[in-house]
Amino acid sequence: MDLSAINPVLLIASLMVAATPLLLAAIGELVVEKSGVLNLGVEGMMITGAIAGFAAAVESGSPLAGFVVAAVAGAALSLLFAALTQVALANQVASGLALTLFGLGLSALLGQRYVGVKPPQMGRIDIPVLSDLPVVGPILFAHDVILYFGIALTGAVWAVLKFTRAGLVLRAVGENHEAAHALGYKVVRIRTLAILFGGACAGMGGAYISLIRVPQWTEGMTAGIGWIALALVVFASWKPWRALLGAYLFGGVTVVQLNLQAAGVAIPVEYLAMSPYLITILVLVILSADKSSAPASLGRSFHASR
Amino acid sequence: MKLTTLFASAAVALGLAAGGALAQDKTKVGFVYVGPVGDGGWTYEHDQGRKAVAEEFGDAVETVYVENVAEGPDAERVITQMALQGADLIFTTSFGYMDPTINVAAKFPDVKFEHATGYKRADNVSTYSARFYEGRAVQGTIAGHMTESNIIGYIGSYPIPEVIRGINSAYIHAKKVNPDVQFKIVWAFTWFDPAKEADAAKVLIEQGADVILQHTDSTAPQAAAQAAGNVITFGQASDMAEYGPKPRVSSIIDNWAPYYIARTKAVIDGTWTSTDTWDGIGPGMVGIGEISDAVPADVKAEALALKDAMAAGEYHPFTGPLKKQDGSDFLGEGETADDGTLAGMNFYVEGIEGSIPE
Repeated sequence: MDLSAINPVLLIASLMVAATPLLLAAIGELVVEKSGVLNLGVEGMMITGAIAGFAAAVESGSPLAGFVVAAVAGAALSLLFAALTQVALANQVASGLALTLFGLGLSALLGQRYVGVKPPQMGRIDIPVLSDLPVVGPILFAHDVILYFGIALTGAVWAVLKFTRAGLVLRAVGENHEAAHALGYKVVRIRTLAILFGGACAGMGGAYISLIRVPQWTEGMTAGIGWIALALVVFASWKPWRALLGAYLFGGVTVVQLNLQAAGVAIPVEYLAMSPYLITILVLVILSADKSSAPASLGRSFHASR
Repeated sequence: MKLTTLFASAAVALGLAAGGALAQDKTKVGFVYVGPVGDGGWTYEHDQGRKAVAEEFGDAVETVYVENVAEGPDAERVITQMALQGADLIFTTSFGYMDPTINVAAKFPDVKFEHATGYKRADNVSTYSARFYEGRAVQGTIAGHMTESNIIGYIGSYPIPEVIRGINSAYIHAKKVNPDVQFKIVWAFTWFDPAKEADAAKVLIEQGADVILQHTDSTAPQAAAQAAGNVITFGQASDMAEYGPKPRVSSIIDNWAPYYIARTKAVIDGTWTSTDTWDGIGPGMVGIGEISDAVPADVKAEALALKDAMAAGEYHPFTGPLKKQDGSDFLGEGETADDGTLAGMNFYVEGIEGSIPE
């Protein structure tokens, strides 16, 4: 065993990369749930974003174009969910599950031609002096632009929910849709917009996996990250900064277990491989006592006549 | 009532159609793949072999394949389906298909089965594999010379003899040219999962490895090495030339085409018997991809000399004196490992750190 082989600076830098797809998807889902809608289709929207972004990046040669297309594709798929749950008033849990299954199948179909293709590379932002700083440089100043976007988005969502009128309205719709309706807010429209935002974020999260983290396309490559993002929203008690913390924790455990393995730690590999999921479950159990902040209308359908 | 009649007649019609297909004298050859044909590695090369069969026999043979078949119960279902559809010869191309292949073969005594890299045979089940460890010896030699950090990262798939043999062979030859060399091994527990393979490669690079060897099938570790910069890799199962001349400096190429053609011919001629084939560099089942200019000329020459010696049968990669990891004797001076020992290898040789997962 040789723990000194693990470089903590590089470890933190790579856990930030591992956490970003999770963070993007979780922030999107957080906004959706704040509006009172439970969309279990995150995994399906992520994988659809992953292939749509990958295909767009390969065809256009620009990774950024890939991310834009991924966001649009994720939003488009979530529009289907919005139509089912907001207009047709279908059950949200069933619709969300259907969305995931549909997304997995659709992405496999779309991806047929892209297996084994090499995508264009996304450059890192290199700030001349800052990137070369000893410890802080690799951690803070040597990443791709999407990673910073994810952190900025977390801040923006937090600020909007907490300080703006729009955030207040969104929360009102999520807490008590009848009261919000009585006040004259368009509940269905607001929820649909929130669902679209969630879809776009999930799509980008998926594209981050296929374009930056791996970078390659394979069927089912999101490998359950969408489900973890869902758990993460609960884990974070619907608070954006806690979602960031949770994403880094999960990303960290994922990276640390491989590091421990490479350093020859004598823990059976199987335990290390399941550790990220075990810790997710554990934290969920501990935090489940704190139910106070769940939006009161979460998962309930709304119709103006009732 | 009417509906039932309709179904009944439809079933009869389908049955007749299937019967008609069986009656054709076209030889049908099926392939079961563990990854997608576009993986650029293991499955890609098996599919090249399938295409070679289709080209060789033209209209006399029909080839079918199913890709992305998970090892386990799914595989049994797919193989059964293939046999039911009238395949005469079925190649199952991953270690984990061993028991499913044997199970299905027992139910279809008239269908011939060929299982890659396994060790269970039956009257209608042959096994075939390539001596990848000969290629690993060449890789180890290059890796030992090229590493500056003296740390070589190795991404293992599953802890089975085939993979452990490769690790040992690479280590023995890296150590021979560079006594300070150290191996870091990460088990991915998958044959094909680009995300996991990329993570594993990144971690190994972060821990100082400047050479990455992989026994998984995707090109993701190559991409990770390219992004990291000063790291070299080797193509696995396929040439992976799109990542050359650096990071990919050489490769092990599996060439299944001659074997697939020979076995298909045997089925057509009715001379097929259950056999156990294990060929290496000599007969051409294992190829060494071009060694790129990133490798110094003298190292390249040494690697090629080793390759030629193995092809000619003058040198065996497991030649004593060798000890096992626990210090006990493995091979005496000048002694070489026999195929039985190699086929069941479940220990590291002396010098490799860490333990093999159960």
